[in-house]
Amino acid sequence: MSTRTLRGKVAVAGVGETAYYKRGEAPDPEFKLALKAIKAACKDAGISPKEIDGFASFSNDRSDPSRLAAALGCPELRFANMQWGGGGGGGAAAFGNAAAAIATGLADCVVVFRALAQGQFGRFGQGPRRNTIAGDFAHTVPYGLMSPAQMFAMKVNRFMNDHSVEQNALRAISLAAYHHAQNNPRAVMYGRPLDEEKYDSSRWIVEPFHLFDCCLENDGAAAMILVSAERAKDFPNKPCYLLGSVGGSHYRAGASVHNTPEYASSTFPTLAPRLYEMAQVSAKDVDVLQSYENFTGGVLMSIVEHGFCEPDECNEFFVKDRFIAPSGDLPLNTSGGNLAECYMHGLGLILESVRQIRGDSTNQVETPDVSMTISGPMVTPVSACIVGSEATL
Amino acid sequence: MSDSYLNPGLPQPVPTSDGLDTPFWKGLQEEKILLQKCVDCNSWQWGPEWICHRCHSENVEYSEVPGEGIIYSYERVWHPVHPALKEQGPYIVVLVEIPEADHVRLVGNLLGDAHQEVKIGSPVSAAFEHHADAEPSFTLLQWRCCD
Repeated sequence: MSTRTLRGKVAVAGVGETAYYKRGEAPDPEFKLALKAIKAACKDAGISPKEIDGFASFSNDRSDPSRLAAALGCPELRFANMQWGGGGGGGAAAFGNAAAAIATGLADCVVVFRALAQGQFGRFGQGPRRNTIAGDFAHTVPYGLMSPAQMFAMKVNRFMNDHSVEQNALRAISLAAYHHAQNNPRAVMYGRPLDEEKYDSSRWIVEPFHLFDCCLENDGAAAMILVSAERAKDFPNKPCYLLGSVGGSHYRAGASVHNTPEYASSTFPTLAPRLYEMAQVSAKDVDVLQSYENFTGGVLMSIVEHGFCEPDECNEFFVKDRFIAPSGDLPLNTSGGNLAECYMHGLGLILESVRQIRGDSTNQVETPDVSMTISGPMVTPVSACIVGSEATL
Repeated sequence: MSDSYLNPGLPQPVPTSDGLDTPFWKGLQEEKILLQKCVDCNSWQWGPEWICHRCHSENVEYSEVPGEGIIYSYERVWHPVHPALKEQGPYIVVLVEIPEADHVRLVGNLLGDAHQEVKIGSPVSAAFEHHADAEPSFTLLQWRCCD
């Protein structure tokens, strides 16, 4: 095995977020939301924002690191990083990029952040408004295939067809997220529970996705502060270490017009083994899982491709009780996730995975040591990460 | 064909300004499906690329494939995300693979009843939906089930 690894070299010193808002309802512009989240993460870590010397984000975040460093009065900028690719596929990769910068001495204190104000900058879930269209989208949009739900339902239908997966498997994912959100005051869906009947009677967006299979669209920002592992115990919070991180995709995942050879996939078949190899754990060691829900079908395929369940066993495996903290054997999306806490392009899921290790989740699993997050399935590149307690080092 | 499957008003396709997919769109107007084939290694690829992804040859040409395919996947869309589709109701998008062209895939609509049962693996044949009055004119490639 390669000795080049990020395992145990970087720790999360603090996490923070703004209040989470319904799409278009944030009282602040996006850039100010980013600043507020970074301030909150620094406060949680007990440091001044002026200690930050690096910034990492993903999905073409609009809050420019130089401007952030200027606004925060940071004496020195040493790392300004953007993970390529849209959607939430870059969340865990931004974490990995930031950690790599610290591990290799490029920077000492890097903030991973994401800020979104869709009221200010427009929505994701709508089709293009123009008269003509060229390039990849010319081969799909004129046929009414244009939104993220429509792009991914085709993959999920093929997977569900190949493995005879029933709708109830998707429903279990949604029910678990909404269940957890009822205990999380940060969650946009706090106080708005979901049951089987409400799910079943909800309208189709695109088969196989009901309304409650689709992520929210929100405004807000989230951030976390990374430092080298040697400093992990200099902060008020229980140490949480990065054990492994991967970002990328399989052979020709980016082939256009839906031509990737391994089509019915969450894009993790090559990455998941590398993640476990770096983290030196296996699926059975994972105590709690955050799995990005752009749509529940992506969670379905992600969980299969990370080795938690065989593809032909989904109907038995995907049941709500298994996913509920603290009693289930695979607590899933314990903050409510993108479906019911907030759609912060999945960075909120990584914050939740850290909170689980620290022991301050609103749906706390009993003393977890290995906490995993899967970011942005079905796009390319995607990413995933595992954090762990001191006992895992 | 005169009537279009979807209500009018969606963005209409035009070739890329660099010309990469121009032969495809011109071909459809002549009721031909032209896809990329490598002259050196004879393999097909789609979507369009500047070089062959298998042998890296730049000698990639557009060749005609038969208008016969297999449904690789599909979806029935209910929620309109574009104002032009507000009154549309459900519609079906299919992903069709072309066995005679290394199983490359094309996106289109499945003509007929939007409530019909769709079976992955079903054979389909091409139908050319001309938009002659559009400016510039264009043709969409649609599919119908073979009986």
